[in-house]
Amino acid sequence: MRGDTGFPVRMRYAKRGPVRFIGHRDVARAFERAFRIAELPLAFSAGFSPHPKVSFGPALAVGYESDAEYLDVELAEALADERLVRDVTGGLPAGMTVTGVTRLADRAPSLQEEIASLGYRVTTGGVDPVALSAAVEAFLALSEIRVPVARKGEHHVEDIRPSVLALTALPGESVVDVEVATRPRTLRVADVVTGLRTVSEDAAPLEELRVVRTRQWIERGGARWEPLDVDRRSEAPEGATRALETCA
Amino acid sequence: MSDLWPRLEPLLARVEKPARYIGMERGSRRPEHGPDRVAWLLLYPDAYEVGLPNQGLQILYEILNERPDALAERSYAPWVDLEAELRAHGLPLFSVDTHRPATDFDLLAFNLSAELVYTNLLNCVDLAGVPVRVADRGPQHPLVVAGGHCTYNPEPLADFVDAFVIGDGEEVVSEITEVVKAWKRSGRANREAVLRDLATVPGVYVPSMYEVEYDGPQFVGITPKYSDVPAIVDKRTIADLADWPYPKEQLVPLIEVVHDRLNVELFRGCTRGCRFCQAGMITRPVRERPIEQARTMVQQGLRRSGYDEVALTSLSSADFSGIEGLVGSIVDEQSGTGSVSLSLPSLRVDAFTVGVASQIQKVRRTGLTFAPEAGTWRMRQVINKLVTEEDLYSAADAAFSQGWRRVKLYFLIGLPTETDVDTLGIAELARNVVEIGKRHTKAASATASVGGFVPKPHTPFQWFGQNSVAELHRKVALLRDDLRRSPAKVRWHDPEATFAEGIVSRGDRRIGAVIERVWRAGGTFQEWSERFDLTRWLDAMAAEGLDPEWYVTRHRTGEEAQPWDHIAAGLHRDFLWGDWKAALAEHGLPDCRWTPCYDCGVCTGYALEHVVASPTPPAGGSQGTGQDLAAAAVGVPVRFLGTAREGFRAR
Repeated sequence: MRGDTGFPVRMRYAKRGPVRFIGHRDVARAFERAFRIAELPLAFSAGFSPHPKVSFGPALAVGYESDAEYLDVELAEALADERLVRDVTGGLPAGMTVTGVTRLADRAPSLQEEIASLGYRVTTGGVDPVALSAAVEAFLALSEIRVPVARKGEHHVEDIRPSVLALTALPGESVVDVEVATRPRTLRVADVVTGLRTVSEDAAPLEELRVVRTRQWIERGGARWEPLDVDRRSEAPEGATRALETCA
Repeated sequence: MSDLWPRLEPLLARVEKPARYIGMERGSRRPEHGPDRVAWLLLYPDAYEVGLPNQGLQILYEILNERPDALAERSYAPWVDLEAELRAHGLPLFSVDTHRPATDFDLLAFNLSAELVYTNLLNCVDLAGVPVRVADRGPQHPLVVAGGHCTYNPEPLADFVDAFVIGDGEEVVSEITEVVKAWKRSGRANREAVLRDLATVPGVYVPSMYEVEYDGPQFVGITPKYSDVPAIVDKRTIADLADWPYPKEQLVPLIEVVHDRLNVELFRGCTRGCRFCQAGMITRPVRERPIEQARTMVQQGLRRSGYDEVALTSLSSADFSGIEGLVGSIVDEQSGTGSVSLSLPSLRVDAFTVGVASQIQKVRRTGLTFAPEAGTWRMRQVINKLVTEEDLYSAADAAFSQGWRRVKLYFLIGLPTETDVDTLGIAELARNVVEIGKRHTKAASATASVGGFVPKPHTPFQWFGQNSVAELHRKVALLRDDLRRSPAKVRWHDPEATFAEGIVSRGDRRIGAVIERVWRAGGTFQEWSERFDLTRWLDAMAAEGLDPEWYVTRHRTGEEAQPWDHIAAGLHRDFLWGDWKAALAEHGLPDCRWTPCYDCGVCTGYALEHVVASPTPPAGGSQGTGQDLAAAAVGVPVRFLGTAREGFRAR
């Protein structure tokens, strides 16, 4: 159980440059090594083979960059945020940088459960900005867009439109910003690009050149939250808070 | 053209495992190039995940980058998907550190650890935009050089490699740098002259400076063309490992690779004298690292790399004089974090004691591998792997009693004088090991891993005719049948790949054309079973009019010249021949660290000595010497670490 042996912390990190070519498992290993290099006091799981309690948010495709990746890790003792940012970044490969830290409340829900949507900036090629912008308009005007999607090696035709929460073409550029839902399942950027090609003949040669994940959102009470801003540990110790609540 | 990254990056999005090509490992360098610095491109001609961990390459990478007048970057064989992209886009082979074209370097320096990578060497040279044949290269092309164990028979690659380095590379790379620096200053004009200069550097073999003579199919000899070129090229040996605490900053890859852990070399050389083992013969004498230095390298390496596993490497790690103490201190240092595991590759069963087993199991446990190599005591006497069945069983018992559940056993098949009794002895040993394990845990299992034996140059078995493909298949089938209903499992290496390795292992210069044909027919990555096809090799042999059986399965006579006679590992030919005869007579030969010197030629010939910390063998087991080890050894050149005593031990 999260928080039962230590101090859960949420970190935001960026993955920029050539390191974008390493996969999700490689990122996990890079963090494990960075934690050891930084000599962080990690909390370990109980049992036959103790392992550090680290959990990540939704995987990022190999080759994509990101300014908004998150992980939760449980420490055995509280550490200053600045030290975490500096020391963990120091142990990470070039291009991976810790950009924010929050101390989590005990029993905060996990990132995998909580992340509701993902924002991407997609630089495209093959189509001029005018045609791209027209395709975006056509896309938004439709209530259903059925495209072939590959999932676990099987091909399905699915309506992707409900999963596209926002789509904007940047004026005069071959760039779109898109926000996709993670439920019922996470929509892939490639499927959005396929959708754009489908809705407009002029967009048929469209290809994705560079993708940067820009945001991840948690939904709480009808509002979107930056993951570092929810489930923060209150400044007073938990026991004290509970004691005050009891008094009231 | 200096940074190819902008043109490579879009291609990487389309290939498998693109992180193979990005560099950026912890410990990697981005050196500045310049007219006063000799630029080395260190290449491992296999996939990144096989090549990255290579310690030899990493050691030279650091040594060269420490020199103000040299620099080193790395490259690995691009996988077939990227190779196709590079060729389609007209891009050359590049360094992974700064993504420069290979031809920006003065030397392309290959590490050769296995024969089946030779076609990849040709492919890398070609991808670099350099003619594959020495004869076709001009002043604008970098020098193609090679080192590593395979260079003890350089002939199969003699047409493609400008210069070979024989032996330890730590010192000689600096001497080569000096020669190449002068060549670079002169505008790299005269290629012939720089090769001539390189040929005079001790340990360097420049094949174009030698003439080969044949008499029909028979190889007659190799002689220098010029009087200042040595007739015999002697290997280089670093006298004391303590002077070379490398790698200091082992590379930490961003993706999973083989041997993905911190590796600390405990000692170099081995005098156990296993007759099949080329590494043991060519790396003599034994040179141990001082235990304090090993301990420091482990501590600093773990702290710096973030690794949670360390391997203590050598040709027989349990033979290290202070092994129990070293293992104990690593374990103590790490206890508390409970997160570092320790592995001892190349464990001899006679030196694996309950003490070592219990120390290792305090930290995390990895799989345990023993290498009895042969199934019967008779066979083990022939190959001089003098471990008894009792040694193996007590090692297995020690392992299972300390909580291990899986034990892997390595064996060779196709050894000299081998009968089916010996082959079936492998199954018997594996079965008994499981039996012993069952006393401790229901989950006990053992896997016998069998590989076909390929005779290697500079060993007592260099005269032996390798088993045919059919014979190896028959022996594998024998084992599979025998273990069909047993909890012991058997795995085997493809006999066809073993045969191709046999063509090259003792090949002469004529085999070069065969390698080139296999490469041109698309035969790269021959170490990868999905890319290997023996037909290509046999077709190439036929096209060159060469008989594969003559090279592979034929027994050599004592009189005939061998294609590697001009390369010296320091071993007397008479010693090797005598040891071959002793093998056939089933006579073992004890380890000269602890028993009388039999003068193999290395220490006496090169004025070297063993460097060991203890005059006695490690505890436990029979140590296979069959002698009273307490009695003082006679006349062995041994220097004891940490004492003032040097030179020959008293009679």
